[in-house]
Amino acid sequence: MIVAKRKPFEEIKAMIKDHKKILTVGCGTCVAVCLAGGEKEVDVLNAELEMARKLDNNPVELGAFTIERQCDIEYLEKLDGMMEDYDAVVSMACGVGVQFLAERFPEKPVYPAVDTSGLAANRAVGWYEERCRSCESCMLGWTGGICPMTMCAKSLQNGPCGGTNRGKCEISQEQDCAWFQIYERLAAQGRLDSIHEFKPACEWKDQVPRTLIQPGYKKPEAD
Amino acid sequence: MSTEGNGYRSGSNLEKILKAGHFAFTGELGPPRGTDADEVREKARFLKGNVDAVNITDNQTAMVRMSSWAASLLILQEGLEPNYQMVCRDRNRLAMQADILGAYAHGIKNMLCLSGDHCKFGDHPQARGVFDVDSMQLINMVKNMRDEARFQGGAEIAHPPKIFIGAAANPFADPFEWRVHRLAKKISAGVDFIQTQCIYNMDKFRAWVKQANDMGLTEKVYILAGVTPMKSVGMAKYMKNKVPGMDVPDEVIKRLQGAEKGKVAAEGIKMACEQIEEFKEMKGVHGVHLMAIEWEHKVAEIAEQAKVLPRPQVD
Repeated sequence: MIVAKRKPFEEIKAMIKDHKKILTVGCGTCVAVCLAGGEKEVDVLNAELEMARKLDNNPVELGAFTIERQCDIEYLEKLDGMMEDYDAVVSMACGVGVQFLAERFPEKPVYPAVDTSGLAANRAVGWYEERCRSCESCMLGWTGGICPMTMCAKSLQNGPCGGTNRGKCEISQEQDCAWFQIYERLAAQGRLDSIHEFKPACEWKDQVPRTLIQPGYKKPEAD
Repeated sequence: MSTEGNGYRSGSNLEKILKAGHFAFTGELGPPRGTDADEVREKARFLKGNVDAVNITDNQTAMVRMSSWAASLLILQEGLEPNYQMVCRDRNRLAMQADILGAYAHGIKNMLCLSGDHCKFGDHPQARGVFDVDSMQLINMVKNMRDEARFQGGAEIAHPPKIFIGAAANPFADPFEWRVHRLAKKISAGVDFIQTQCIYNMDKFRAWVKQANDMGLTEKVYILAGVTPMKSVGMAKYMKNKVPGMDVPDEVIKRLQGAEKGKVAAEGIKMACEQIEEFKEMKGVHGVHLMAIEWEHKVAEIAEQAKVLPRPQVD
Protein backbone atom coordinates (compact mmCIF):
# COMPACT_ATOMS: atom_id res chain seq x y z
CA MET A 1 0.00 0.00 0.00
CA ILE A 2 0.92 3.69 -0.15
CA VAL A 3 2.30 4.95 3.14
CA ALA A 4 2.55 8.47 4.47
CA LYS A 5 3.20 10.28 7.69
CA ARG A 6 1.59 13.40 9.01
CA LYS A 7 3.49 16.61 8.47
CA PRO A 8 4.78 18.44 11.54
CA PHE A 9 1.90 20.31 13.13
CA GLU A 10 3.61 23.71 12.88
CA GLU A 11 4.04 23.26 9.13
CA ILE A 12 0.34 22.49 8.65
CA LYS A 13 -0.67 25.36 10.89
CA ALA A 14 1.53 27.84 9.00
CA MET A 15 0.17 26.78 5.58
CA ILE A 16 -3.45 27.47 6.50
CA LYS A 17 -3.09 30.38 8.91
CA ASP A 18 -4.98 32.85 6.68
CA HIS A 19 -8.05 30.65 6.13
CA LYS A 20 -11.03 30.87 8.45
CA LYS A 21 -13.23 28.01 7.21
CA ILE A 22 -11.42 24.81 6.42
CA LEU A 23 -12.60 21.35 5.44
CA THR A 24 -10.25 18.54 6.44
CA VAL A 25 -10.73 15.56 4.15
CA GLY A 26 -9.50 12.11 5.15
CA CYS A 27 -8.93 9.12 2.91
CA GLY A 28 -10.26 5.76 4.00
CA THR A 29 -7.85 3.45 2.19
CA CYS A 30 -4.03 3.32 2.30
CA VAL A 31 -3.36 6.29 4.57
CA ALA A 32 -6.08 5.11 6.96
CA VAL A 33 -4.45 1.68 7.22
CA CYS A 34 -1.05 3.24 7.90
CA LEU A 35 -2.54 5.49 10.59
CA ALA A 36 -1.75 8.79 8.88
CA GLY A 37 -4.86 10.19 7.22
CA GLY A 38 -8.04 8.26 7.98
CA GLU A 39 -11.15 9.36 9.85
CA LYS A 40 -9.47 9.16 13.25
CA GLU A 41 -6.46 11.21 12.16
CA VAL A 42 -8.78 13.86 10.68
CA ASP A 43 -10.45 14.29 14.06
CA VAL A 44 -7.12 14.46 15.89
CA LEU A 45 -5.73 17.08 13.49
CA ASN A 46 -8.86 19.20 13.69
CA ALA A 47 -8.85 19.10 17.49
CA GLU A 48 -5.22 20.23 17.55
CA LEU A 49 -5.84 22.97 15.01
CA GLU A 50 -8.87 24.26 16.81
CA MET A 51 -7.04 24.53 20.10
CA ALA A 52 -3.91 26.11 18.59
CA ARG A 53 -5.87 28.70 16.63
CA LYS A 54 -7.85 29.62 19.72
CA LEU A 55 -4.61 30.18 21.62
CA ASP A 56 -3.36 32.30 18.73
CA ASN A 57 -6.52 34.45 18.82
CA ASN A 58 -7.17 33.34 15.27
CA PRO A 59 -10.21 31.08 15.57
CA VAL A 60 -11.07 28.74 12.72
CA GLU A 61 -14.16 26.85 11.68
CA LEU A 62 -13.27 23.28 10.81
CA GLY A 63 -15.21 20.62 8.98
CA ALA A 64 -14.34 16.95 8.78
CA PHE A 65 -15.18 14.43 6.11
CA THR A 66 -13.54 11.16 5.12
CA ILE A 67 -14.15 9.48 1.79
CA GLU A 68 -13.23 5.97 0.77
CA ARG A 69 -10.56 7.01 -1.74
CA GLN A 70 -9.46 10.47 -2.84
CA CYS A 71 -7.85 8.97 -5.94
CA ASP A 72 -11.22 7.93 -7.35
CA ILE A 73 -13.76 10.26 -8.99
CA GLU A 74 -16.66 8.11 -7.81
CA TYR A 75 -15.83 8.94 -4.17
CA LEU A 76 -14.70 12.55 -4.74
CA GLU A 77 -18.18 13.30 -6.08
CA LYS A 78 -19.45 12.98 -2.52
CA LEU A 79 -17.72 16.29 -1.75
CA ASP A 80 -19.60 18.16 -4.49
CA GLY A 81 -21.85 20.76 -2.92
CA MET A 82 -19.90 20.86 0.37
CA MET A 83 -17.22 23.19 -0.88
CA GLU A 84 -19.12 26.48 -0.85
CA ASP A 85 -19.10 26.40 2.95
CA TYR A 86 -15.28 26.46 3.10
CA ASP A 87 -12.52 28.70 1.83
CA ALA A 88 -9.80 26.01 1.86
CA VAL A 89 -9.30 22.25 2.05
CA VAL A 90 -6.74 20.21 3.96
CA SER A 91 -6.29 16.78 2.42
CA MET A 92 -4.90 13.92 4.48
CA ALA A 93 -4.57 11.64 1.43
CA CYS A 94 -1.35 10.66 -0.32
CA GLY A 95 0.04 12.95 -3.02
CA VAL A 96 -2.21 11.31 -5.59
CA GLY A 97 -5.36 12.02 -3.60
CA VAL A 98 -4.37 15.62 -2.86
CA GLN A 99 -3.88 16.33 -6.57
CA PHE A 100 -7.07 14.62 -7.61
CA LEU A 101 -9.03 16.57 -5.02
CA ALA A 102 -7.41 19.85 -6.13
CA GLU A 103 -8.27 19.02 -9.73
CA ARG A 104 -11.92 18.37 -8.87
CA PHE A 105 -12.25 21.72 -7.04
CA PRO A 106 -9.84 24.01 -8.90
CA GLU A 107 -11.21 27.20 -7.31
CA LYS A 108 -10.25 26.06 -3.77
CA PRO A 109 -6.78 26.10 -2.25
CA VAL A 110 -5.90 22.54 -1.21
CA TYR A 111 -3.14 21.82 1.33
CA PRO A 112 -1.48 18.48 2.08
CA ALA A 113 -1.38 17.37 5.71
CA VAL A 114 0.81 14.31 5.13
CA ASP A 115 4.12 13.53 3.43
CA THR A 116 3.82 10.51 1.17
CA SER A 117 6.81 8.21 1.50
CA GLY A 118 6.21 5.27 -0.81
CA LEU A 119 4.96 1.75 -1.40
CA ALA A 120 5.44 -0.26 1.72
CA ALA A 121 4.60 -3.44 3.57
CA ASN A 122 3.05 -3.60 7.03
CA ARG A 123 5.77 -5.17 9.20
CA ALA A 124 3.88 -4.62 12.48
CA VAL A 125 1.30 -2.16 13.77
CA GLY A 126 2.58 1.32 12.93
CA TRP A 127 5.74 -0.05 11.25
CA TYR A 128 6.02 0.09 7.47
CA GLU A 129 8.93 -0.82 5.24
CA GLU A 130 9.34 0.45 1.69
CA ARG A 131 9.47 -2.37 -0.82
CA CYS A 132 8.83 -0.93 -4.30
CA ARG A 133 9.85 2.18 -6.26
CA SER A 134 7.40 1.44 -9.09
CA CYS A 135 10.20 1.45 -11.67
CA GLU A 136 8.00 -0.36 -14.20
CA SER A 137 10.80 -2.87 -14.95
CA CYS A 138 10.30 -5.51 -12.28
CA MET A 139 13.45 -7.58 -11.75
CA LEU A 140 12.29 -9.58 -8.72
CA GLY A 141 12.26 -12.76 -10.82
CA TRP A 142 16.05 -12.92 -10.99
CA THR A 143 16.85 -11.23 -7.67
CA GLY A 144 15.25 -13.80 -5.39
CA GLY A 145 12.21 -11.65 -4.67
CA ILE A 146 14.28 -8.79 -3.15
CA CYS A 147 14.18 -5.43 -4.95
CA PRO A 148 17.63 -3.89 -5.46
CA MET A 149 16.07 -0.68 -6.86
CA THR A 150 14.41 -0.08 -3.51
CA MET A 151 16.44 -1.99 -0.96
CA CYS A 152 19.96 -1.11 -2.22
CA ALA A 153 20.88 2.46 -1.23
CA LYS A 154 22.55 2.87 -4.63
CA SER A 155 19.92 0.93 -6.63
CA LEU A 156 22.71 -1.24 -8.05
CA GLN A 157 21.71 -3.86 -10.58
CA ASN A 158 25.09 -5.59 -10.36
CA GLY A 159 25.76 -5.50 -6.62
CA PRO A 160 26.89 -5.72 -3.96
CA CYS A 161 29.27 -2.75 -3.86
CA GLY A 162 32.46 -2.75 -1.79
CA GLY A 163 30.66 -1.03 1.07
CA THR A 164 28.67 -4.08 2.15
CA ASN A 165 29.60 -4.66 5.75
CA ARG A 166 28.92 -8.02 7.41
CA GLY A 167 25.54 -8.22 5.72
CA LYS A 168 24.68 -4.58 6.40
CA CYS A 169 24.64 -1.57 4.11
CA GLU A 170 27.41 1.03 4.35
CA ILE A 171 24.83 3.72 5.15
CA SER A 172 23.73 2.15 8.44
CA GLN A 173 24.11 -0.87 10.66
CA GLU A 174 20.30 -0.88 10.84
CA GLN A 175 19.95 -1.39 7.10
CA ASP A 176 20.47 -4.83 5.59
CA CYS A 177 22.56 -5.01 2.42
CA ALA A 178 20.05 -5.92 -0.30
CA TRP A 179 22.66 -7.67 -2.41
CA PHE A 180 23.92 -9.71 0.51
CA GLN A 181 20.35 -10.90 1.03
CA ILE A 182 19.85 -11.53 -2.68
CA TYR A 183 23.00 -13.64 -2.71
CA GLU A 184 21.99 -15.63 0.38
CA ARG A 185 18.50 -16.34 -0.90
CA LEU A 186 19.57 -17.34 -4.39
CA ALA A 187 22.39 -19.49 -2.98
CA ALA A 188 19.89 -21.30 -0.74
CA GLN A 189 17.64 -21.89 -3.76
CA GLY A 190 20.56 -23.01 -5.92
CA ARG A 191 19.86 -20.14 -8.34
CA LEU A 192 23.07 -18.08 -8.25
CA ASP A 193 23.27 -18.45 -12.03
CA SER A 194 20.69 -15.72 -12.36
CA ILE A 195 23.12 -13.08 -11.04
CA HIS A 196 26.31 -14.34 -12.68
CA GLU A 197 25.43 -12.56 -15.88
CA PHE A 198 26.22 -8.85 -16.28
CA LYS A 199 23.03 -6.74 -16.32
CA PRO A 200 23.23 -3.86 -18.81
CA ALA A 201 22.24 -0.27 -18.04
CA CYS A 202 18.62 0.19 -17.02
CA GLU A 203 16.14 1.75 -19.43
CA TRP A 204 14.42 4.02 -16.93
CA LYS A 205 10.69 4.33 -17.45
CA ASP A 206 9.89 6.68 -14.60
CA GLN A 207 11.35 9.82 -16.17
CA VAL A 208 8.03 11.03 -17.58
CA PRO A 209 4.53 11.22 -16.04
CA ARG A 210 3.10 7.78 -16.75
CA THR A 211 -0.38 6.91 -17.91
CA LEU A 212 -1.46 3.31 -17.69
CA ILE A 213 -4.29 1.91 -19.80
CA GLN A 214 -4.91 -1.80 -19.35
CA PRO A 215 -5.38 -3.97 -22.42
CA GLY A 216 -8.97 -3.90 -23.64
CA TYR A 217 -9.57 -0.40 -22.25
CA LYS A 218 -9.06 3.00 -23.78
CA LYS A 219 -8.78 6.60 -22.72
CA PRO A 220 -12.30 8.01 -22.21
CA GLU A 221 -13.40 10.65 -24.72
CA ALA A 222 -13.08 14.20 -23.44
CA ASP A 223 -16.39 15.67 -22.23
CA MET B 1 41.52 -4.17 -29.63
CA SER B 2 44.45 -2.41 -31.21
CA THR B 3 44.20 1.35 -31.39
CA GLU B 4 46.92 2.38 -33.79
CA GLY B 5 48.09 -1.03 -34.88
CA ASN B 6 50.42 -1.20 -31.87
CA GLY B 7 48.40 -3.79 -29.99
CA TYR B 8 47.49 -1.38 -27.20
CA ARG B 9 43.93 -0.61 -26.17
CA SER B 10 44.83 2.89 -25.02
CA GLY B 11 48.59 3.22 -25.21
CA SER B 12 48.68 4.68 -21.69
CA ASN B 13 51.89 4.37 -19.72
CA LEU B 14 50.15 2.12 -17.21
CA GLU B 15 48.96 -0.20 -19.96
CA LYS B 16 52.43 -0.31 -21.52
CA ILE B 17 54.09 -1.15 -18.20
CA LEU B 18 51.60 -3.94 -17.49
CA LYS B 19 51.66 -5.34 -21.02
CA ALA B 20 55.45 -5.46 -20.94
CA GLY B 21 55.17 -7.64 -17.84
CA HIS B 22 56.62 -5.14 -15.40
CA PHE B 23 55.34 -4.94 -11.84
CA ALA B 24 53.20 -1.77 -11.89
CA PHE B 25 53.24 0.81 -9.11
CA THR B 26 50.48 3.43 -8.98
CA GLY B 27 49.79 6.23 -6.53
CA GLU B 28 46.89 8.39 -5.48
CA LEU B 29 46.16 12.08 -5.11
CA GLY B 30 43.08 13.66 -3.56
CA PRO B 31 42.18 17.03 -5.14
CA PRO B 32 41.78 20.00 -2.77
CA ARG B 33 38.57 21.39 -1.32
CA GLY B 34 39.27 24.69 -3.02
CA THR B 35 40.80 26.17 -6.12
CA ASP B 36 44.52 26.05 -5.29
CA ALA B 37 46.15 24.43 -8.31
CA ASP B 38 49.55 24.66 -6.62
CA GLU B 39 48.36 22.27 -3.93
CA VAL B 40 47.77 19.68 -6.66
CA ARG B 41 51.11 20.44 -8.33
CA GLU B 42 52.97 20.16 -5.03
CA LYS B 43 51.46 16.76 -4.24
CA ALA B 44 52.17 15.69 -7.84
CA ARG B 45 55.87 16.54 -7.49
CA PHE B 46 56.19 14.05 -4.61
CA LEU B 47 54.80 11.35 -6.88
CA LYS B 48 56.67 12.16 -10.08
CA GLY B 49 59.12 9.46 -11.10
CA ASN B 50 57.96 7.20 -8.28
CA VAL B 51 54.74 5.83 -9.78
CA ASP B 52 53.45 4.79 -13.22
CA ALA B 53 50.10 6.55 -12.91
CA VAL B 54 48.25 8.56 -10.27
CA ASN B 55 44.63 7.97 -9.29
CA ILE B 56 42.78 11.27 -9.03
CA THR B 57 39.86 10.72 -6.70
CA ASP B 58 36.33 11.88 -7.56
CA ASN B 59 34.60 13.65 -4.66
CA GLN B 60 35.99 10.96 -2.37
CA THR B 61 33.90 10.06 0.69
CA ALA B 62 31.15 12.16 -0.93
CA MET B 63 32.89 15.44 -0.04
CA VAL B 64 32.99 18.14 -2.70
CA ARG B 65 36.48 18.64 -4.12
CA MET B 66 38.05 20.02 -7.27
CA SER B 67 36.70 17.84 -10.08
CA SER B 68 38.78 14.79 -10.87
CA TRP B 69 39.19 15.64 -14.57
CA ALA B 70 40.43 19.14 -13.73
CA ALA B 71 42.97 17.84 -11.23
CA SER B 72 43.91 15.14 -13.77
CA LEU B 73 44.76 17.86 -16.29
CA LEU B 74 46.91 19.66 -13.71
CA ILE B 75 49.03 16.58 -13.08
CA LEU B 76 49.20 15.85 -16.80
CA GLN B 77 50.79 19.29 -17.17
CA GLU B 78 53.28 18.27 -14.47
CA GLY B 79 54.32 15.28 -16.58
CA LEU B 80 52.46 12.59 -14.63
CA GLU B 81 49.90 10.17 -15.98
CA PRO B 82 46.48 10.41 -14.35
CA ASN B 83 44.14 7.54 -13.61
CA TYR B 84 40.91 9.52 -13.78
CA GLN B 85 38.40 8.23 -11.22
CA MET B 86 34.69 8.52 -11.95
CA VAL B 87 31.88 7.61 -9.57
CA CYS B 88 28.29 6.77 -10.51
CA ARG B 89 26.91 8.80 -7.62
CA ASP B 90 27.25 12.28 -9.12
CA ARG B 91 26.38 12.13 -12.81
CA ASN B 92 24.08 10.44 -15.27
CA ARG B 93 25.15 8.65 -18.45
CA LEU B 94 25.07 11.84 -20.53
CA ALA B 95 27.38 13.73 -18.19
CA MET B 96 29.66 10.71 -17.81
CA GLN B 97 30.11 10.22 -21.52
CA ALA B 98 30.60 13.93 -22.11
CA ASP B 99 33.30 14.04 -19.42
CA ILE B 100 34.99 10.97 -20.89
CA LEU B 101 35.15 12.57 -24.35
CA GLY B 102 36.51 15.79 -22.87
CA ALA B 103 39.01 14.02 -20.64
CA TYR B 104 40.34 11.94 -23.51
CA ALA B 105 40.52 15.01 -25.77
CA HIS B 106 42.89 16.49 -23.19
CA GLY B 107 45.08 13.40 -23.04
CA ILE B 108 43.62 11.37 -20.18
CA LYS B 109 43.99 7.68 -21.03
CA ASN B 110 43.20 5.74 -17.85
CA MET B 111 39.93 5.64 -15.95
CA LEU B 112 38.76 3.96 -12.78
CA CYS B 113 35.03 3.20 -12.75
CA LEU B 114 33.49 3.23 -9.26
CA SER B 115 30.06 3.19 -7.63
CA GLY B 116 31.07 5.91 -5.16
CA ASP B 117 30.50 6.24 -1.44
CA HIS B 118 26.90 7.03 -0.55
CA CYS B 119 26.10 10.76 -0.18
CA LYS B 120 25.26 10.05 3.44
CA PHE B 121 28.98 9.92 4.29
CA GLY B 122 29.85 13.34 2.99
CA ASP B 123 29.22 17.02 3.52
CA HIS B 124 26.01 17.07 1.47
CA PRO B 125 24.18 14.13 3.04
CA GLN B 126 20.81 15.25 1.64
CA ALA B 127 22.01 15.27 -1.98
CA ARG B 128 20.30 13.01 -4.48
CA GLY B 129 22.55 10.15 -5.52
CA VAL B 130 22.32 9.66 -9.27
CA PHE B 131 23.31 6.00 -9.87
CA ASP B 132 21.82 6.12 -13.37
CA VAL B 133 24.29 3.36 -14.19
CA ASP B 134 26.24 1.22 -11.71
CA SER B 135 30.00 0.70 -11.78
CA MET B 136 29.67 -2.49 -13.81
CA GLN B 137 27.53 -0.71 -16.40
CA LEU B 138 29.98 2.22 -16.46
CA ILE B 139 32.81 -0.18 -17.32
CA ASN B 140 30.69 -1.60 -20.13
CA MET B 141 29.77 1.87 -21.39
CA VAL B 142 33.43 2.95 -21.63
CA LYS B 143 34.32 -0.35 -23.30
CA ASN B 144 31.64 0.13 -25.97
CA MET B 145 32.67 3.75 -26.48
CA ARG B 146 36.25 2.58 -27.05
CA ASP B 147 35.89 -0.68 -28.94
CA GLU B 148 32.57 -0.24 -30.77
CA ALA B 149 32.73 3.55 -31.14
CA ARG B 150 29.19 3.67 -29.78
CA PHE B 151 27.56 5.82 -27.15
CA GLN B 152 25.47 4.01 -24.59
CA GLY B 153 22.38 5.10 -26.52
CA GLY B 154 23.71 3.41 -29.64
CA ALA B 155 24.82 6.37 -31.79
CA GLU B 156 28.23 6.33 -33.41
CA ILE B 157 31.17 8.26 -31.93
CA ALA B 158 33.50 10.15 -34.21
CA HIS B 159 37.06 9.61 -32.89
CA PRO B 160 36.23 7.31 -29.96
CA PRO B 161 38.10 7.66 -26.65
CA LYS B 162 40.81 5.02 -26.23
CA ILE B 163 40.67 4.54 -22.49
CA PHE B 164 42.45 1.89 -20.39
CA ILE B 165 39.56 0.76 -18.20
CA GLY B 166 40.02 0.18 -14.50
CA ALA B 167 37.73 -0.80 -11.67
CA ALA B 168 37.93 -1.56 -7.98
CA ALA B 169 37.53 -4.89 -6.24
CA ASN B 170 37.01 -5.51 -2.57
CA PRO B 171 38.17 -9.05 -1.79
CA PHE B 172 37.06 -8.73 1.84
CA ALA B 173 33.44 -7.62 1.74
CA ASP B 174 30.74 -10.20 2.35
CA PRO B 175 29.75 -12.59 0.95
CA PHE B 176 33.38 -13.63 0.40
CA GLU B 177 32.40 -16.52 -1.93
CA TRP B 178 30.73 -14.03 -4.27
CA ARG B 179 33.72 -11.69 -4.54
CA VAL B 180 35.58 -13.61 -7.22
CA HIS B 181 32.38 -13.96 -9.27
CA ARG B 182 31.89 -10.22 -9.09
CA LEU B 183 35.43 -9.87 -10.45
CA ALA B 184 34.43 -12.21 -13.27
CA LYS B 185 31.40 -10.02 -13.99
CA LYS B 186 33.60 -6.92 -14.21
CA ILE B 187 35.82 -8.76 -16.67
CA SER B 188 32.85 -9.71 -18.82
CA ALA B 189 31.69 -6.08 -18.66
CA GLY B 190 35.07 -5.12 -20.16
CA VAL B 191 37.52 -4.10 -17.43
CA ASP B 192 41.28 -4.09 -18.22
CA PHE B 193 42.75 -3.61 -14.76
CA ILE B 194 41.68 -3.83 -11.14
CA GLN B 195 42.89 -1.91 -8.11
CA THR B 196 41.84 -3.61 -4.89
CA GLN B 197 40.62 -2.25 -1.60
CA CYS B 198 43.45 -1.70 0.95
CA ILE B 199 44.75 -5.10 1.98
CA TYR B 200 45.54 -5.94 5.60
CA ASN B 201 44.14 -9.45 5.84
CA MET B 202 46.74 -11.25 3.76
CA ASP B 203 45.27 -14.73 4.30
CA LYS B 204 41.96 -13.66 2.83
CA PHE B 205 43.65 -11.86 -0.04
CA ARG B 206 45.76 -14.94 -0.88
CA ALA B 207 42.59 -17.04 -0.92
CA TRP B 208 40.84 -14.56 -3.23
CA VAL B 209 43.76 -14.40 -5.67
CA LYS B 210 43.98 -18.18 -5.69
CA GLN B 211 40.30 -18.39 -6.63
CA ALA B 212 40.87 -15.83 -9.38
CA ASN B 213 43.89 -17.82 -10.63
CA ASP B 214 41.93 -21.08 -10.55
CA MET B 215 39.13 -19.51 -12.60
CA GLY B 216 41.65 -18.16 -15.13
CA LEU B 217 40.62 -14.57 -14.36
CA THR B 218 44.13 -13.26 -13.68
CA GLU B 219 45.03 -14.02 -17.28
CA LYS B 220 42.23 -11.75 -18.46
CA VAL B 221 42.73 -8.78 -16.16
CA TYR B 222 45.66 -7.05 -14.46
CA ILE B 223 45.36 -6.98 -10.68
CA LEU B 224 47.01 -4.21 -8.66
CA ALA B 225 46.99 -4.96 -4.94
CA GLY B 226 45.88 -2.04 -2.78
CA VAL B 227 48.31 -0.96 -0.06
CA THR B 228 47.84 1.81 2.50
CA PRO B 229 50.55 2.11 5.13
CA MET B 230 49.21 2.70 8.63
CA LYS B 231 50.39 5.97 10.13
CA SER B 232 49.24 5.29 13.69
CA VAL B 233 47.40 2.87 15.95
CA GLY B 234 44.43 5.26 15.87
CA MET B 235 44.26 5.06 12.10
CA ALA B 236 44.35 1.26 12.20
CA LYS B 237 41.51 1.17 14.73
CA TYR B 238 39.50 3.68 12.70
CA MET B 239 39.97 1.61 9.54
CA LYS B 240 38.95 -1.54 11.38
CA ASN B 241 35.86 -0.14 13.04
CA LYS B 242 34.60 2.74 10.93
CA VAL B 243 35.39 2.11 7.28
CA PRO B 244 32.81 -0.17 5.62
CA GLY B 245 34.23 -3.16 3.80
CA MET B 246 37.66 -2.84 5.46
CA ASP B 247 39.23 -5.91 7.07
CA VAL B 248 42.00 -5.11 9.57
CA PRO B 249 43.07 -8.15 11.61
CA ASP B 250 43.99 -7.67 15.27
CA GLU B 251 47.59 -8.75 14.56
CA VAL B 252 48.08 -5.60 12.48
CA ILE B 253 46.98 -3.40 15.37
CA LYS B 254 49.05 -5.40 17.88
CA ARG B 255 52.17 -5.06 15.77
CA LEU B 256 51.74 -1.29 15.54
CA GLN B 257 51.10 -1.11 19.29
CA GLY B 258 54.32 -3.01 19.82
CA ALA B 259 56.40 -0.45 17.94
CA GLU B 260 58.68 1.88 19.92
CA LYS B 261 57.35 5.32 20.74
CA GLY B 262 57.73 7.63 17.74
CA LYS B 263 58.30 4.71 15.41
CA VAL B 264 54.74 3.56 14.72
CA ALA B 265 54.61 5.20 11.27
CA ALA B 266 57.97 3.63 10.36
CA GLU B 267 56.57 0.26 11.42
CA GLY B 268 53.50 0.90 9.25
CA ILE B 269 55.73 1.58 6.25
CA LYS B 270 57.79 -1.53 7.02
CA MET B 271 54.61 -3.63 7.08
CA ALA B 272 53.49 -2.16 3.75
CA CYS B 273 56.89 -2.94 2.19
CA GLU B 274 56.74 -6.53 3.42
CA GLN B 275 53.34 -6.82 1.73
CA ILE B 276 54.70 -5.36 -1.49
CA GLU B 277 57.58 -7.87 -1.45
CA GLU B 278 55.06 -10.69 -1.21
CA PHE B 279 52.86 -9.22 -3.97
CA LYS B 280 55.87 -9.08 -6.32
CA GLU B 281 56.11 -12.86 -6.07
CA MET B 282 52.39 -13.62 -5.93
CA LYS B 283 50.96 -15.34 -9.00
CA GLY B 284 48.05 -13.33 -10.39
CA VAL B 285 49.17 -9.99 -8.94
CA HIS B 286 50.57 -7.57 -11.51
CA GLY B 287 51.38 -4.56 -9.41
CA VAL B 288 50.59 -2.45 -6.38
CA HIS B 289 48.32 0.55 -5.95
CA LEU B 290 49.71 2.65 -3.12
CA MET B 291 47.12 4.79 -1.38
CA ALA B 292 49.25 6.93 0.90
CA ILE B 293 46.36 9.06 2.14
CA GLU B 294 47.53 12.64 2.75
CA TRP B 295 51.03 11.20 2.87
CA GLU B 296 52.13 11.97 -0.68
CA HIS B 297 55.50 13.28 0.59
CA LYS B 298 56.28 9.79 1.91
CA VAL B 299 55.73 8.03 -1.42
CA ALA B 300 59.35 8.36 -2.60
CA GLU B 301 60.61 6.87 0.68
CA ILE B 302 58.08 4.01 0.52
CA ALA B 303 58.86 3.29 -3.14
CA GLU B 304 62.59 3.27 -2.34
CA GLN B 305 62.14 0.96 0.64
CA ALA B 306 59.81 -1.30 -1.38
CA LYS B 307 62.51 -1.53 -4.08
CA VAL B 308 60.22 -0.54 -6.94
CA LEU B 309 62.51 2.23 -8.20
CA PRO B 310 63.48 3.29 -10.76
CA ARG B 311 60.18 2.95 -12.60
CA PRO B 312 60.55 1.16 -15.93
CA GLN B 313 60.17 3.07 -19.19
CA VAL B 314 58.34 1.38 -22.07
CA ASP B 315 58.26 3.00 -25.49
